[in-house]
Amino acid sequence: MEPILKGRGLVKRYGKVTALDHCDFDLMPGEILAVIGDNGAGKSSLIKAVSGAVVPDEGEVFLEGQKIHFTSPIQAREAGIETVYQTLAMSPALSIADNMFMGRELRKPGFMGKWLRQLDRAKMERLAREKLTELGLMTIQNINQAVETLSGGQRQGVAVARAAAFGSKVIILDEPTAALGVKESRKVLELIQDVKSRGIPIILISHNMPHVFEVADRIHVHRLGKRLCVINPKDYTMSDAVAFMTGAKEAPAQTEAA
Amino acid sequence: MSSADTADDGVAKFVQPNRGFLGTVQHWLHVNPALVPLIVLVASIVVFGLLLGSKFFSPFALTLILQQVQIVGIVAAAQSLVILTAGIDLSVGAIAVISSVVMGQFTFRYGLPVEVSIICGLLFGTAIGAVNGWLIAAMKLPPFIVTLGMWQIVLAANFLYSANETIRSQEIAENAAMLQLLGAKFSVGGAVFTVGVLFMVLLVLVLAYVLRHTAWGRHVYAVGDDAEAAELSGVNVKGTIISVYAVAGLICAFAGWALIGRIGSVSPTSGQLLNIESITAVVIGGISLFGGRGSILGTFFGALIVGVFTLGLRLMGADAQWTYLLIGVLIIAAVAVDQWIRKVAA
Repeated sequence: MEPILKGRGLVKRYGKVTALDHCDFDLMPGEILAVIGDNGAGKSSLIKAVSGAVVPDEGEVFLEGQKIHFTSPIQAREAGIETVYQTLAMSPALSIADNMFMGRELRKPGFMGKWLRQLDRAKMERLAREKLTELGLMTIQNINQAVETLSGGQRQGVAVARAAAFGSKVIILDEPTAALGVKESRKVLELIQDVKSRGIPIILISHNMPHVFEVADRIHVHRLGKRLCVINPKDYTMSDAVAFMTGAKEAPAQTEAA
Repeated sequence: MSSADTADDGVAKFVQPNRGFLGTVQHWLHVNPALVPLIVLVASIVVFGLLLGSKFFSPFALTLILQQVQIVGIVAAAQSLVILTAGIDLSVGAIAVISSVVMGQFTFRYGLPVEVSIICGLLFGTAIGAVNGWLIAAMKLPPFIVTLGMWQIVLAANFLYSANETIRSQEIAENAAMLQLLGAKFSVGGAVFTVGVLFMVLLVLVLAYVLRHTAWGRHVYAVGDDAEAAELSGVNVKGTIISVYAVAGLICAFAGWALIGRIGSVSPTSGQLLNIESITAVVIGGISLFGGRGSILGTFFGALIVGVFTLGLRLMGADAQWTYLLIGVLIIAAVAVDQWIRKVAA
C-alpha cells in the first residue's frame, strides 16, 4: 500500500543545530500514527516540515504519491492537510461558528454576497452545528457563544471539529490532551477514534504514553532528528517505547512495513 | 422534555445555564458591548434634560450636539477600526488636517478643479494610512511608535507645505463652495443637520455592517484578538492590518473635508486634539484597547456622551474643566467595565 503522506531524507537546520537529519516519514491511509520522542528530538520540526509551517532544507514530501512543496500552512490546508496546533489557533472573543470558518468564510449567493460581500451566517452556523453534532459534541450551549466561554475540552473539540470539517486527507493533532483533565482527555480520545472511523488518517503527536498506546495503530519513534523505528503498539510495552525514545534500549532492527 | 429526548434531535442543543443576576448582566454586556455606553448616553440625556428642561431637551440643542461631535465622531470611527486590531493611531488628527490642506491648496495654489483636489486629498490621507499600516505589518514596528512618529512628520509637513497660511472662508465660499459641502445645513422641524452629520451617521452604519457581516470585518476582530491564531487559521494578517490603517487614513481625510465645512476655512492649525478626543470616544464607547472586542456603535455613543456632557455643562454655566474631569472619570470607569467583561465565563 502506498503511504498517503510520505517524507524522504528531510533535513532542517537552524544555525548549527540540526533539527531533522535525513529523516523519513510515512503515514498510511486510514491509520492513526503516533509520533513520540524526547523533547528536542525534532518531532515538531518533522510535523512542521510536512504541514508547510517550515520549508525543509533538503528532502522531499509526497502527498498521495505526488511530490509537493508547501511554503505555508495555508497551502497545506488547501491540499487537504489540517493541523490542530497545541495553542488551538482560535480567536477567544469570536463565536464557535466564526472560528470554524475563519479564513474560509462562506458568502451569500447573489447580489448580497457578490456586491455587499455579506456572509451567509445561517449556513455557516448550520454547518458548524452539524459538524459538532456528527462528532458527538452535543453539550455546546450555543453556536454563537464566544470560544473563551468554553471549557478546555470543548475548545479542543471545536478545533478538532474544524479540522475534521475541512481536512479531507490528513489531520495532524499536536499534543491534543496535554492541557486537559482525565475526563476531557477521554472525550478527545473518543473524538480521535471517531474521526478515524471516517477514514481520515491522523498524525498524533503526544507525550502521553497511555493515550498513544490506546489509539495509535503504529508508533513512529523519533530520536536525534530522525526516525529511529516504527513499532506496533501490540508488540511492545510502554516502557519499551520510552526506552527506545531515550536511547536506553537498542531499537529493533526492522522498520515495520515502511 | 427530558434531556435524553433533546439529545436525539440531531443537532447540537442549546442549554441556558443559570447565571444569577450579576452573571446575566455580565453575559449581556459580553454579547452586546455597546450596551454600557448606550445606557450612559440615555441616562446623561435624561439627567441634563431634567436639570435644564427645554433649553437642553429640544430638537435644536440635541442636533447641535451632533454637529459638535461630527468631526470627532468620524475620526473616532477610523480610530475604532485601528484599535480593534489591537493597534492605535496617534496620527489621525494630523492626517485629517493635512488632507484638508491638500484639498484647499490644490484648489487655490495650483488652480485644480475642486473635485480633483478633494479626490487628491482623500487619496493623500489613504496613502499616509497605508504607510502606517505597512510599517506596522511588514516592518513589525509597534503601532504606538509608528503613528507617534507619523503624527510629528505629517504635522510638520503640513505647516511647511501650507506655510502656515489659512485659506479664508469667504474665498472658499466664492470660488470652491464644494469644499464646504459637508458643512451645508438643512433643517427638519426645529432640528438642524449638516451633510457632515449625515455622513458620520452613514459611516457608522456602513462600518457596523462591514464589521459584522463581511469576512474582512471578522478578520479585523480576529487579528486584534490573537494575530498568531488568525494567521494559522488562514487570515491574511498583514493585508488586513495594512488595509485597516489605509481605510482609517481615508476616513480621516473625509474628516478633514468635514472640518473645512465645520470651520469654514482651511486652517493648518485646526484639529490638534483629534487624536486624544477620538481615543477618548473609543474607550468610553467600550472598545477594548487590547483589541478584538467592542463595536463601532459603542464608539458613536461614546462620542455623543462627550458631546452631551460638553453642551449640558456649558448650558448649566459650569466651568469647562468640569467636563474634562467627568470625561476622565468616564474613561477610567469604561476600562474597569471592560476588564470585568473580559472575565466572563460560561
